[in-house]
Amino acid sequence: MYRTALRNVLAHKARLLMTTLAVLLGTAFVAGTLVFTDTLGSAMKSQNAKSYTDIAVTVSDPESARSIYGSGGTDSSAPVLTEDVRRKIAALPGAADARGVVSGFAGIADQHGRLIGDGFSTTGTNYVPGPDGSDARYPLVEGRGPTGSGEVALDSRTAQKGGFKVGDTVRVAVNGPVMQLKLTGIVHTNDPRVSAGGSLAAFDTATAQSLYLSPGRFSEVDIRSRPGTDDAALLTQVKGALPAGNDFSAQTGRQLAQDQDKMIAEATKGMSQALLVFAGISLFVGIFIIANTFTMLVAQRTRELALLRAVGASRKQITRSVLAEAVLIGAIASVAGLLAGTGIAAGLQWLLISAMDTGLPDGPLVIAPATVLTAVGTGVLVTVLAAWLPARRASRISPVAAMSSGDQPATQKSLLLRNAIGAVLALAGLGALAAGSASKATGLVAAGAGVVLLGVFVLTPLLSRPLIALFTPLLRRLYGMPGKLARENALRNPRRTAATASALTIGVTLITGLTVIGASVNQAVDKASATDLTADYTVAMANFSVLSSDVGTQIAKAPGVSASSVQRSVSVRVGDDTKWLTGVNADTIGSLVKLKMQEGSADALKHGQLLVSQGGDPGTQDLKLGDTLAVTYPDGTAGRLTVGGVLASDSGLTGTLAPDALIAPHSKPAAGAVGAAGAMAGLDKVLVKGEHGPSAQLKQALTDATGGNPLITVKSQQDLRDESRQMITSMLNIMYGLLGMSVVVAVLGVVNTMAMSVFERRREIGMLRAIGLDRRGVRRTVRLESLLISLLGGVLGIGLGVLIAWAANGLLRSSLPGLELVVPPLQLAGFLLAAAVIGLLAALWPARRAARLDILDSIKAA
Amino acid sequence: MTMTATAVHAAAGATGLSKVYGEGETRVVALDQVTVEFRRGEFTAIMGPSGSGKSTLMHCMAGLDTATSGSTRIGGTELVGLPDKALTKLRRDQIGFVFQAFNLLPTLNALENITLPMDIAGRKVDQAWLDRVVDTVGLSGRLTHRPSQLSGGQQQRVACARALASRPEIVFADEPTGNLDSRSGGEILSFLRNSVRELGQTVVMVTHDPVAASYADRVIFLADGRLVDELTMPTADSVLDRMRRFDAKGRTS
Ligand SMILES: Nc1ncnc2c1ncn2[C@@H]1O[C@H](COP(=O)(O)OP(=O)(O)OP(=O)(O)O)[C@@H](O)[C@H]1O
Ligand SMILES: [Mg+2]
Repeated sequence: MYRTALRNVLAHKARLLMTTLAVLLGTAFVAGTLVFTDTLGSAMKSQNAKSYTDIAVTVSDPESARSIYGSGGTDSSAPVLTEDVRRKIAALPGAADARGVVSGFAGIADQHGRLIGDGFSTTGTNYVPGPDGSDARYPLVEGRGPTGSGEVALDSRTAQKGGFKVGDTVRVAVNGPVMQLKLTGIVHTNDPRVSAGGSLAAFDTATAQSLYLSPGRFSEVDIRSRPGTDDAALLTQVKGALPAGNDFSAQTGRQLAQDQDKMIAEATKGMSQALLVFAGISLFVGIFIIANTFTMLVAQRTRELALLRAVGASRKQITRSVLAEAVLIGAIASVAGLLAGTGIAAGLQWLLISAMDTGLPDGPLVIAPATVLTAVGTGVLVTVLAAWLPARRASRISPVAAMSSGDQPATQKSLLLRNAIGAVLALAGLGALAAGSASKATGLVAAGAGVVLLGVFVLTPLLSRPLIALFTPLLRRLYGMPGKLARENALRNPRRTAATASALTIGVTLITGLTVIGASVNQAVDKASATDLTADYTVAMANFSVLSSDVGTQIAKAPGVSASSVQRSVSVRVGDDTKWLTGVNADTIGSLVKLKMQEGSADALKHGQLLVSQGGDPGTQDLKLGDTLAVTYPDGTAGRLTVGGVLASDSGLTGTLAPDALIAPHSKPAAGAVGAAGAMAGLDKVLVKGEHGPSAQLKQALTDATGGNPLITVKSQQDLRDESRQMITSMLNIMYGLLGMSVVVAVLGVVNTMAMSVFERRREIGMLRAIGLDRRGVRRTVRLESLLISLLGGVLGIGLGVLIAWAANGLLRSSLPGLELVVPPLQLAGFLLAAAVIGLLAALWPARRAARLDILDSIKAA
Repeated sequence: MTMTATAVHAAAGATGLSKVYGEGETRVVALDQVTVEFRRGEFTAIMGPSGSGKSTLMHCMAGLDTATSGSTRIGGTELVGLPDKALTKLRRDQIGFVFQAFNLLPTLNALENITLPMDIAGRKVDQAWLDRVVDTVGLSGRLTHRPSQLSGGQQQRVACARALASRPEIVFADEPTGNLDSRSGGEILSFLRNSVRELGQTVVMVTHDPVAASYADRVIFLADGRLVDELTMPTADSVLDRMRRFDAKGRTS
């Protein structure tokens, strides 16, 4: 029996081509994902290992990071990493030396004042010259290290991007006005943040400390061990030397590297899982094609299989022989898919690292045994699963069928049972969707979506007739007889048509769903920003850290500004809890944001009172109108704040709002504490209204007011909207790209079905040619049938996509009030058109084959 | 009938028609310098042993196959050298064809199958003619049935009706009764003869059955690709007699 299977596969090579390709693409996607993420992960790990090789133990001050990136320290009396601490550590018996590190962010402007690199990984640090005057961590490429407050060194990539040479003046900014610094040297670094598109600015230690922390304070101390010292022993020594009372984290370098490895592994795993979802979709689409192919092969071989039965083969043997074919095809396709996937991963690596220079680390391709097993295993499994039903059907062929005529019967087995099952599934799914959407149950919506899809797939044979009938008047009018024949052919085997169309439906459903959700979110965001935010411009940091307090005052004084308000987060203590207050300008905030009140008046702010939101933090009790809060400010002073109003949940600004004039002066950390030399808490953003609305002039004035700091962004409402739109657009584009693979597989399915149909109907085609249908007519008939099948898939997909998007919108509505279903007609029409084009393209080759059939050969074909 | 009276010139003809398949070892001369005419309004039967070239002759004359040398005509049109498009049009408008089996599209009903050539051409159906053809075929009650709902004989009658529906210059039928029992075969043959006698059509039919051949006005005999004999106003007996003579000759030569 197995020899029969092998011979069959070989005999039907051409007819199995598309099926093999479909499995191949799916497994290639799986293998490509696994190989690429493994490779990336291993490259990142080896890069990571390199950056910790000479650090035995590292101590960091978590508080320092908070004071640089966040909003002021909370516990200001705790000890910090000072020069004294560093010296004490350096003097430990096991320590060779201890490096005090200060790090924060530093934006560097290019010649046009624009930020170099992306805002999130613009790094600033201190340059620690060794005995020879240079820093081993940042080897000099050119010039010398920075020694004074007016000097800076840059990494070579950044210097090159900005076109800077040693001796040039470079504009560098932290969170306040821009500094004009002299470039004294260009250094080399393999800091992953820098190579991944950021920038590095190195200051001398004193400058870095005053920029980021306070004189004499470090954010981190890195210790090298004396030869022969055990890292763990050194760690114990270091821990003993640290001042008590702060939660310094002390770790060995190896531990740190391991922790990082774990984070990398998690990140790559997350990425690989996300990609595998799409690979899974492609494989699922493949199932339809495989099932279709085997159904057709079994039907074409009815007589042959019946003959086998007649000469004594058992049902089991027949099933097994068909399944053996499936295993064989699955194995061949998966192995090819594995190879193709590895190729794709290699190509992707080359593209990202060499061609696009994204700064991702390079490394050898990693083909893990698990990858091989997963790719080949899923490929074979999917093929066998898909062939299961056709194989069982093959075994039920009665031996008598060997004697029957070979003509294709036009009548089909009744679809009654199938339709009943489909209707039940579809209705159950619809119910789950509606219920889940209303009750915001994500799981229920997901399950409902799955069941509805399944139900519709089961029902597609039934739906195919009316849906295809929708397009036929047009086809008949335009193409006459070929149009009619195409329609009849598309309907003659509803199961096959349905399976082919369903493969396309999956991709179209997901693409439509995403598009509709994206359009709905876009509209909701537009609406919200148009109604809630009345400010013309929002000034903020590009990296979401805080603005210097001065920015608020500078902007208020800028020409053309009619009103402005800061938004300053200050943490206060209420009993044992920490509460965040948002300081706003009591006089102007009402003209910049729509404050919608549930109770009380927004004017309460002007009387030194709070406006609060309710139901914000689960677990804490809601504040009510008239409540009084006893707070302790960061500077240690105590105060009493009264709730003067309750904000509505759809207010333009929510949280706990306080008059900035009242809380800002108390936001400096307590005097006396080291590192509290202190600035007031920084600003999240500044809202601005112009005298004459938004204008280029005003924007320039605001930019000037911030001293041209490249890290500070000035965005109009339109900019903010565009940004959100762009984010959604690029997210959609990535998803479209990933779903594209499933569409490609579906197209293979259409090609497959059409090619098989042409083969099955070659006698009919020959007869049609004999009685006078020309080649063009034959081509048209095939193409139009393919068009109808694709349109069927497209229409169902668009309908399902809108339905699922509607349900998903229900889930999103809680986080995006005002979200309504937006169905973009042009885009959806575009998808339908794309489905039509796909149908026509998929039929190109089968149609050509059909037109080229020799009339007499086809007629004689049994 | 007026048509029979005026049908003096040929509906189709071949001159020096040869068809050679393959080369060298596998070379087969299927037709060897055949010259033949089929007169308008005449029912001709082609007979001959298996492999004698009957189908090949029909295919070449119907523009389904190209001759190796010689020429063929349909009406006044020379087929040799005609491009595929023109040949297709010719088949559609001037030739009717009935195969031994599998003549109908399973997706169309009987009437749709009958009017298929006109539908392909986008031509209007001549309703009066169609009614007559359908009447002659005797299928009036079954026009909306699909082929799978018709018997083999009925299917062949539909095929004959289709071949005649576009009022072609000539109808070729290759063993149209080969798969039928004698009663159904008889119906088909009567129908073909009626279409010639009553509708004035021209029909050429290949058959192995002397009884079938007796329905024709004339029988031509092929052997080894050559036209070897001809019989007018045949009866089953006279045809059988001729066939026996060939058989004897074939065995002695
Ligand atoms: N496509 C082809 N390739 C090669 N030889 C062919 C081909 N078609 C027919 N022949 C040969 O040409 C000769 C004539 O064949 P043809 O089909 O015309 O015979 P026929 O008289 O119709 O026979 P039958 O009564 O069996 O149908 C035969 O010897 C056949 O083998
Ligand atoms: Mg023959």
